[in-house]
Amino acid sequence: MNLTLKIWRQKDAKSQGKIVDYQISGIEGDMSFLEMLDVLNEDLINKGEEPVVFDHDCREGICGACSLQINGEPHGPDRLITTCQLHMRKFNDGDTIYIEPFRAKAFPVVKDLMVDRSAFDRIQQAGGYVSVNTSGNTIDANAIPIEKENADDAFAAATCIGCGACVAACKNASAMLFTSAKVSQFALLPQGQVEATERVLAMVNQMDEEGFGNCTNTGACEIECPKGISLENIARMNREYLKASLKG
Amino acid sequence: MGGLIKSSIARKVAMALSGLFLVFFLLQHFTINFTSIFSADTFNELSHFMGTNPVVQFALQPVLIFGVVFHFVMGFVLEIKNKNARAVKYAKYNGGANASWMSRNMIYSGLVILAFLGLHFYDFWIPEMVHKYVEFAPEDPTRYYHELLEKFVSPVRTGLYVVSFVFLALHLWHGFASSFQSVGFNNKYSVGLTKFAKAFAIVIPLGFIIISLVLHFNHNH
Amino acid sequence: MSILDSKIPEGPLADKWTKHKNTINLVNPANKRNIDVIVVGTGLAGGSAAATLAELGYNVKTFCYQDSPRRAHSIAAQGGINASKNYQGDGDSDYRLFYDTVKGGDYRSREANVYRLAEVSGNIIDQCVAQGVPFAREYGGLLDNRSFGGVLVSRTFYAKGQTGQQLLLGAYSAMNRQINRGKIQPFNRHEMLDLVKVDGKARGIIARNLVTGEIERHSAHAVVLATGGYGNVFFLSTNAMGSNVMAAWRAHRRGAFFANPCYTQIHPTCIPVSGDHQSKLTLMSESLRNDGRIWVPKRKEDAEAIRAGKLKPTQLAEDERDYYLERRYPAFGNLVPRDVASRAAKERCDAGFGVNKTGEAVYLDFASAIQRYGSEKALTSGMENPSKEEITKLGEEVIENKYGNLFQMYEKIVDENPYKTPMMIYPAVHYTMGGLWVDYNLQTTVPGCYAAGEANFSDHGANRLGASALMQGLADGYFVLPYTIGDYLSHDIRTGEIPTDTPEFDQAEKDVKDRIQKLMGGSGTHSVDYYHKKLGKIMWNKCGMSRNEQGLKEAIEEIAALREDFWKNVKVPGTADSMNPELEKAGRVADFLELGELFAKDALNRNESCGGHFREESVEQEGEQKGEALRDDKNFKYVAAWEYKGEPKDAELHKEELTFENIELKTRSYK
Repeated sequence: MNLTLKIWRQKDAKSQGKIVDYQISGIEGDMSFLEMLDVLNEDLINKGEEPVVFDHDCREGICGACSLQINGEPHGPDRLITTCQLHMRKFNDGDTIYIEPFRAKAFPVVKDLMVDRSAFDRIQQAGGYVSVNTSGNTIDANAIPIEKENADDAFAAATCIGCGACVAACKNASAMLFTSAKVSQFALLPQGQVEATERVLAMVNQMDEEGFGNCTNTGACEIECPKGISLENIARMNREYLKASLKG
Repeated sequence: MGGLIKSSIARKVAMALSGLFLVFFLLQHFTINFTSIFSADTFNELSHFMGTNPVVQFALQPVLIFGVVFHFVMGFVLEIKNKNARAVKYAKYNGGANASWMSRNMIYSGLVILAFLGLHFYDFWIPEMVHKYVEFAPEDPTRYYHELLEKFVSPVRTGLYVVSFVFLALHLWHGFASSFQSVGFNNKYSVGLTKFAKAFAIVIPLGFIIISLVLHFNHNH
Repeated sequence: MSILDSKIPEGPLADKWTKHKNTINLVNPANKRNIDVIVVGTGLAGGSAAATLAELGYNVKTFCYQDSPRRAHSIAAQGGINASKNYQGDGDSDYRLFYDTVKGGDYRSREANVYRLAEVSGNIIDQCVAQGVPFAREYGGLLDNRSFGGVLVSRTFYAKGQTGQQLLLGAYSAMNRQINRGKIQPFNRHEMLDLVKVDGKARGIIARNLVTGEIERHSAHAVVLATGGYGNVFFLSTNAMGSNVMAAWRAHRRGAFFANPCYTQIHPTCIPVSGDHQSKLTLMSESLRNDGRIWVPKRKEDAEAIRAGKLKPTQLAEDERDYYLERRYPAFGNLVPRDVASRAAKERCDAGFGVNKTGEAVYLDFASAIQRYGSEKALTSGMENPSKEEITKLGEEVIENKYGNLFQMYEKIVDENPYKTPMMIYPAVHYTMGGLWVDYNLQTTVPGCYAAGEANFSDHGANRLGASALMQGLADGYFVLPYTIGDYLSHDIRTGEIPTDTPEFDQAEKDVKDRIQKLMGGSGTHSVDYYHKKLGKIMWNKCGMSRNEQGLKEAIEEIAALREDFWKNVKVPGTADSMNPELEKAGRVADFLELGELFAKDALNRNESCGGHFREESVEQEGEQKGEALRDDKNFKYVAAWEYKGEPKDAELHKEELTFENIELKTRSYK
């Protein structure tokens, strides 16, 4: 199939960027979206131009590196997958496809379609852990039984891949789904209880400092999340935060 | 408290609580108004009580006004902050793919409601205040129904009211249900609660529309 | 006598590690503050090592090419992690885990290392649970286990199909805690381009800031390489796009011996290649083989008709199908180890029975399992005379509960519904058992340079069992390296900070810059990917699942020629002093072009078949095992450690003889 691509090009963080049009042909339905970009880049390199820079690594939907706002939606029109798992059979011959970086003040563009998501790392560093030494001198793994339902919910929250689609989809560029997934994982497990108060305060505080927007419950994040992280996590974080604020 | 309001979650909770408070007020306001379409006497009686009871006038009324002002000021503050959180806009943004129009446009439905409040205050509240606290006019417990009827003579005003109520419905459609999420209430009861909130968002504004139309046509009849 | 000293402690197997820990030197807490350690790579091994070293008090700098440590490719591991907890009471023990691992590795690993691995495995689970890793649990609230290929007990702990992700996030959270304390300084989007040696000791690295292109010097008292495997030398593999051998190869060039490069694991259940555009291969978890039956058509005409799209697999009757694993290996059937299953698939496809349009795929069929589970479910739920449709529906629900996410992934990629038509699978490069040679302390032949996780060679021999990679990565990082590195660092308490303005650093930086200049200065005929794909083809065809002398000799020649062409004609657009992914790729492919040749040389040298390494010249000639891999313990019971001598072809072989005092060497039979 033949496609028109409208791709955001930006030399570096300081430069102005703009949308540039590219024509591409010979695209097959079996290709993944990123393989389609590989073809474009191979063309560009052969023409002596600079290839389009984008984040990607595992290409099997788990590392969370790939991003891309495709036709106005993070990870494209398909649901519950990342861009690397999006296949070109979802598009038609002659389509025009807008490809832009995930946009948020807290995700500055590094180059072209690549953005800096280190804000997420800093949110985790603020308290997204259990302060237990890694010596292994801890209690036996089966010493504390955990209700299966809670363990499963904690797992579901923990499957967040940190890709930033929630921020990209949100009209407010809010990072509540990401932050709440981590808070929830620990809130649901006995191991996370000891530091629960400080954790939620510190992580929300860091989230705010990074310049993400406020949650207005549009639910776009949940719909676009490639791992289907539930809005319930946001409600849980709100609860945890209120509890912690009243306590602390 | 100052520190609390600085955090995004606290703002969100404040927005939800003030919204819930206004929803409660709306229900009360609706109940009284609804009596107007079948019993002028009941309406007069209730209005007289509300208009002269010192607790309502000097305790609840200021709280309500504070609630309204707080809700829309906070709404503006959030809107500005949220706009700033994405400095460079998308060339193409398909917001409809993942969120309802109502949820994405609370600021606009809110602005229409705010404009309506201006009109509404001009129609009722300001004359009422002037009547009671500037002119110190003598209280006539039966005046309310007539005053009400007077306002709905004009088809233009009636039309503006109807349109505003439509926007009120849109605002409530997202706002009411989502306030529970904001205060952290999301569990097995949420599905039922959400249904109730959505029904409320339609029934109450629709009721107000009916009241406006009935009053309008009653008078012209 | 070999120059290699594996430093295995004396004494009975089970006491070696405890005794070793009791006798090695320690660094006192006050002195740890004055010692810096560099950790390159932040996967399970690197992340856990960095967190633990920082917690002990060392100043740690971590480096990863990804934008966050959390994205290291350990994250993609699906199935699980082994530990000899014996929670199921099925007779598991440290010894059994040790035994299974050595046997599974076809007796090409070090007994002492593997025993230590088994010994600390239980601790890993305790540690991870304490960190809040949400492992799967039973209704009683205790941890659940599943079983994996090649073993007779249930010892695999898991978190659905995302065990690697959960364990890595656990290690990453431990890192975050130390970053928050200021004990770890993370350098993300940084790539190590060289190892710096001072007085023969590893004292730092040269790294490139991938965002700015800046070349940076970082010094430390020791350098830990936890940079994963080199499966991407095949271009197509289940590795991440960025996975590379650069750090390990740079260390090799600076004196670290490279051990057993030819030991590669080819995983039997991956989604087949669909065309030339393919950039990577996707693994489907080994657990699928518990319920899926593998087959190809019995008649070649049917296979041809299927390839041409004229026939559908579901149209073939039972007796027209060849369930070749069940036929050849009645005892283990579809659950033979990975290397055996992979070779059997290749054999059928080479013989013309392959089914994809490329002819390189076999079926993995869940129809019988769906019917079986469906009937069971109908029975247990008290349905009377269920119709075939009802049974199928019930069966599909059971399968969906077990493998839902994998089936969904398959459907997204292949666009076929695997509940209705059999999956197509084909082997793909997955893991490399070979790596930097390390002693018992995980130190390479360069003093102060350590290697952990997949980057070293030590624990899996010639073949790795499922769910053992995660175990090894975390064992190295949490429990082994933090102890053993202290022994070395105890000599550095008076050294003070290592300066970076020394001639050694000057020279290393100059080397790196010259190399970049050379890469940027190619004539510009072909892109980096062009060379990488060519290298991959040579590797896959001649150093893949089945190898022979002639092919390997050709591979050595062809890779050397390709390398020469690469350096002359590669095209790297952009500039060196800015973000430039093509330049990054070029540097990595340049190293693959050297490693590939050493790989072929090692495979040529090892004229035996063991584990993932299959030499056509070395097969059983008669008896029940006829045609199966033939190991040669008399001549090849050693680790092949290669010393860099300028060109890969000149590499010098050093042998570390393997001694087996606790296990009797046997032929692996799965008949």
